[in-house]
Amino acid sequence: MSVENGASPRAQTASSILNNPTVRAVFYQVALVISVVVLFWWLWSNAMQNLALQNKATGFGFLNQVSGFNISFALIPFERTSSYLTVYFVGILNTLLVAAIGIVLATILGFTMGIARLSKNVLIRGFAAVYVELTRNTPLLLQLIFWYFLSLNAFPPVRQSWELPGSIVVNQRGLSFPAPAFDGPFLLLVAVALLAVVIVFVMRRWAMKARDVSGTIPSGIVTAAHYTDVIVVFAIAWLLALFAQVMILGEANTIASTLTAAVIAAVSATRYERLARLAIIALVVVGAGVPAMLAALSALPAFLSNGFDAVGAAIGGTQGLEADAGRTVIARVLAFVLAAAAIWHAFRTIPEKRGSRNLRFPVSLSVVLIVGLPTLFYFLSGAELAFDPPELQGFNFRGGWTAPPELTALIFGLVVYTAAFIAEIVRAGIQAVNYGQTEAAASLGLKDGDRLRLVIIPQAQRIIVPPLTSQYLNLTKNSSLGAAIGFPELVNVFVGTALNQSGRAIEIIGMTMLVYLTFSLATSLFMNWYNARVALVER
Amino acid sequence: MSLELDIDHTPDRSKMTVSQTDIAIEIRSMNKWYGDFHVLRDIDLKVMRGERIVIAGPSGSGKSTLIRCINRLEEHQDGDIIVDGIELTSDLKRIDEVRREVGMVFQHFNLFPHLTILQNLTLAPIWVRGVPKAEAEETAMKYLERVKIPEQANKFPGQLSGGQQQRVAIARSLCMNPKIMLFDEPTSALDPEMIKEVLEVMVQLAEDGMTMLCVTHEMGFARQVANRVIFMDQGQIIEQNEPEAFFSNPQHERTKLFLSQILH
Amino acid sequence: MSDLTFVRSDMQPALPPPVRTTGAIAWTRKNLFPSVSNGVWTIVAILFLLWLVPRLYGFLIGDAIFTDPEGLRGEACRFEGVGACWAYVAARFNFFIYGFFPLGEVWRVNIMFILGIIFLAPLLIPKAPLQKTAALMFFVVYPIVSYWLMAGGEFLGIPGTALRTVPTNQWGGLTLTLIISMIGIIVSMPLGILLALGRQSKLPIIKWFCVAFIELWRAVPLITVLFMASVMFPLFMPQGVNPDTLLRAIVGICLFQAAYMAEVVRGGLQAMPRGQYEAASALGLSKPKTMGLIILPQALKHVIPGIVNNFIALFKDTSLVSIIGVFELLNTVRAAARDLDWSSPTQAVTGYIFAGFVFWIFCFGMSRYSIYMENRLHTGHKR
Ligand SMILES: Nc1ncnc2c1ncn2[C@@H]1O[C@H](COP(=O)(O)OP(=O)(O)O)[C@@H](O)[C@H]1O
Ligand SMILES: [Mg+2]
Repeated sequence: MSVENGASPRAQTASSILNNPTVRAVFYQVALVISVVVLFWWLWSNAMQNLALQNKATGFGFLNQVSGFNISFALIPFERTSSYLTVYFVGILNTLLVAAIGIVLATILGFTMGIARLSKNVLIRGFAAVYVELTRNTPLLLQLIFWYFLSLNAFPPVRQSWELPGSIVVNQRGLSFPAPAFDGPFLLLVAVALLAVVIVFVMRRWAMKARDVSGTIPSGIVTAAHYTDVIVVFAIAWLLALFAQVMILGEANTIASTLTAAVIAAVSATRYERLARLAIIALVVVGAGVPAMLAALSALPAFLSNGFDAVGAAIGGTQGLEADAGRTVIARVLAFVLAAAAIWHAFRTIPEKRGSRNLRFPVSLSVVLIVGLPTLFYFLSGAELAFDPPELQGFNFRGGWTAPPELTALIFGLVVYTAAFIAEIVRAGIQAVNYGQTEAAASLGLKDGDRLRLVIIPQAQRIIVPPLTSQYLNLTKNSSLGAAIGFPELVNVFVGTALNQSGRAIEIIGMTMLVYLTFSLATSLFMNWYNARVALVER
Repeated sequence: MSLELDIDHTPDRSKMTVSQTDIAIEIRSMNKWYGDFHVLRDIDLKVMRGERIVIAGPSGSGKSTLIRCINRLEEHQDGDIIVDGIELTSDLKRIDEVRREVGMVFQHFNLFPHLTILQNLTLAPIWVRGVPKAEAEETAMKYLERVKIPEQANKFPGQLSGGQQQRVAIARSLCMNPKIMLFDEPTSALDPEMIKEVLEVMVQLAEDGMTMLCVTHEMGFARQVANRVIFMDQGQIIEQNEPEAFFSNPQHERTKLFLSQILH
Repeated sequence: MSDLTFVRSDMQPALPPPVRTTGAIAWTRKNLFPSVSNGVWTIVAILFLLWLVPRLYGFLIGDAIFTDPEGLRGEACRFEGVGACWAYVAARFNFFIYGFFPLGEVWRVNIMFILGIIFLAPLLIPKAPLQKTAALMFFVVYPIVSYWLMAGGEFLGIPGTALRTVPTNQWGGLTLTLIISMIGIIVSMPLGILLALGRQSKLPIIKWFCVAFIELWRAVPLITVLFMASVMFPLFMPQGVNPDTLLRAIVGICLFQAAYMAEVVRGGLQAMPRGQYEAASALGLSKPKTMGLIILPQALKHVIPGIVNNFIALFKDTSLVSIIGVFELLNTVRAAARDLDWSSPTQAVTGYIFAGFVFWIFCFGMSRYSIYMENRLHTGHKR
């Protein structure tokens, strides 16, 4: 496109300048910059004029002024005399609290539902599908209002609070539970627990290193695992026996359950291990199965339960019992079927589970160390943990920690809503891994669990993590809907109340947006880092 | 498609011994359905140790389904399949036992894309057989050398050509020391020059006395390596014979038609 | 080795599968009891259903009140153990659908709905005739006609077409929800495409402007955008200019939605193979023509599912305008719940269930449509 030597200046016509891509580029960009600047200048001058007319000041000086209002739920000390800056921090902390709890719970529920959607079992699959389609396709705000309404109306008034074991109190004012005092013994216990985690971690690394050398994990660990297995069996059996007693007899006898658990644990260490398993399954069936079935039977619509009563009466009649007792007989029969199924299952799965013992670090050992070390320390040191339980004083419960209904409803709603999206992400991620991968792993002899752990999950993870992170961000942003049900998160206290009182719209909205921008930026930084790390190497 | 396999050396048939008494796989009146579709009908097949069988037949005739039943990637509904003395039932333990002894090579390789070549090869020995890592890696390198790509050990599958990937897949199966190898059209996703490199590996395997079942349309390979060719159509074994006789003198009309189509 | 030779003499006919692998029992085994632990889950699920279904049935149908023949209003549902109070929904139905729109003028809203369906249908059905005309009608003519029908006044200043004016604060209910979503969709599409193209641009200032615009909107929750629209918007306008709340909310939603749309469109643009660009410039097409004729049509077609998912999100998000006091569907339901005439234990819940059901129908319909389009696209690939 060079201009010929000696060509007249007319050769450089106006149109050729306009067609020159560089000139065009500069022109477009300058035009954009100018229009943006003009637009902002116009908006700004309007704002200044309006503010001057309304006699309003600008600037961030108001942050140190006394806010003069109260916040019902704050993680840091807050009073009417606290400043707007404190309001800001209370809001941010509350938002973060909701986000943190919400993310953990939504992940658990979401993964469960996502895997359930892939189940071979039509009922499970169908249930998960209904859940996902219902929650994804209705507005979150509507759901939040609904849950909030329920939490206000479905729970009892303060006077008739449900008092659950462990000093947990549920009523219309929220969910209260004992708060540990953060004193010396408590911190020491936390330290021991952390130490136990570190020990398990180090031990695991050592065992896996040793496995690289010899092919199996060290025999010391294997032996230890035999003992910890027994301890775990004892603990489970003990709890189950207690539970079963409460469910059936209405009261618990610790001596009886200790004896039962001890016998079961002892048997589990012998070669009659499967008997112990059967006993545990029987405890589950007796403790959970029978009461569940009785509840279900009594909840059947009238005609059905009449039918059952008729059958029950027939059975009862032949044995000289009442219809009610007959119904219990039916429940027992069902429980027996359940137990038989469980037994059959135990018989079939025990032998194959044994083999993999020496290749993986035993779970029971980790559990026993992490739970057991702090417990042991607690009893041996004789330290007393101080708890501050909620107690009824006058018209309200005082002491302990109380999660107000706004908080519970907000977290519950966010979790149920976000988990539906997470479930879809998980399902899509697992389905995206080619079925040939499972087949190849199977043809190499890898067992079901190993196939998942070593082949499917690492591949699905790359697909799942990026959209999962953006769901976490969505949950955090959606926590701002707490404003609609009166939970004092950032938008509610700062953009709502603080803005109303101070009138500093520009500053307050700017500061709020800054918080969300930071969350968003952190998320995308993480995602870029993750994507770069896991990117598959391709030609 | 040329009848003669263009391989650098002619396989030495004298080295390939077949046991006369030792049965590797026995299938007795086996039937399989996909829903209402009768996909495998009345299959009877006895494979001796050291035997090399080529299975041919039109697309959709049930070849893949048949060999996938042998390591129970598919479940059969009727009849018996006994592999290496173990009868295949729904018992998970037996299935795992069989899968440990039977290697399989797929048309689309199915390498694990998130693991390096070496990790692909050592995964199963470490996690299934409990082989020490160093030993597993040593074995892996041995087999990588046998398939002539030791220098690729630390690359990822995505960085390899199709032929190289398929050779890795063969090596991955061999690392488990299988007694029987199943091949499901191992070369049909490959370019011609890559087909050759994969077939060379398979010929070598045959020379080493491996019991092999290959679904393939590489007739040159069948002629030179197989000691039996099985022809399938509509889910049934239509004809089986020694390769020479099979190619020169097919008996069944269906076989003749198929051969006339494939050899031109 | 003669035993190696075998020739089948007669073909084995296809047989039906053995009974134990088909039929109800096999189905039950495969789908309900594939393994024992799975079977335990089945039993748990059945118990759960036994618990849930009678209760749901009782609340929604069995113990529900459908009619109020004696004109008792709230009285009709005010007793122990009452289920849903459908009579209340029936009585306030007009309010839920039309908000405060004058009852005598409701026919105008209905005409708008019918016209919308007529213009939209050809656009949604693949390969329907008259798509270009329908697109023109829907995107250009329909908004103008709708505005006239809703707001009243003279149609384009033509004398004799005057309708009674209805101020926007009388618009409401499902009608308003649909209006907000429609405007959001119609405005955010072109805006989103422009932003996406800008983000792909090689001119750094344009690119970074678009990136900043998109990321800023996407980073903040919609509710702050709406607060901004309601408190900051008037501040930035010249003296005396004070657009009504609804318009402010709609502007906020459109800008917000455009940023999300831009990201979906960008996905489509990035998925286009380079060859398409190269082929187009080899044919001598200018850049704008390459974009408009070759790239965009294909890219947009590929991201139809993503676009529809965005619409679903937008439709659900319209409920947030209730927070700044606009009476869309959710807000009318909330307002009606405070209606003392109908006060009963289940008044509010019934209203929420109704609103949830309406939202669900629309969103579920859209999501099915998106799946249908996705499947169509995939089969198109295979052929
Ligand atoms: N999972 C399946 N479900 C239903 N039908 C199948 C399935 N897999 C294969 N088929 C059908 O079974 C027949 C045999 O398939 P296949 O064994 O793959 O044939 P081949 O490998 O000989 O080409 C084909 O008609 C195929 O459509
Ligand atoms: Mg096949």
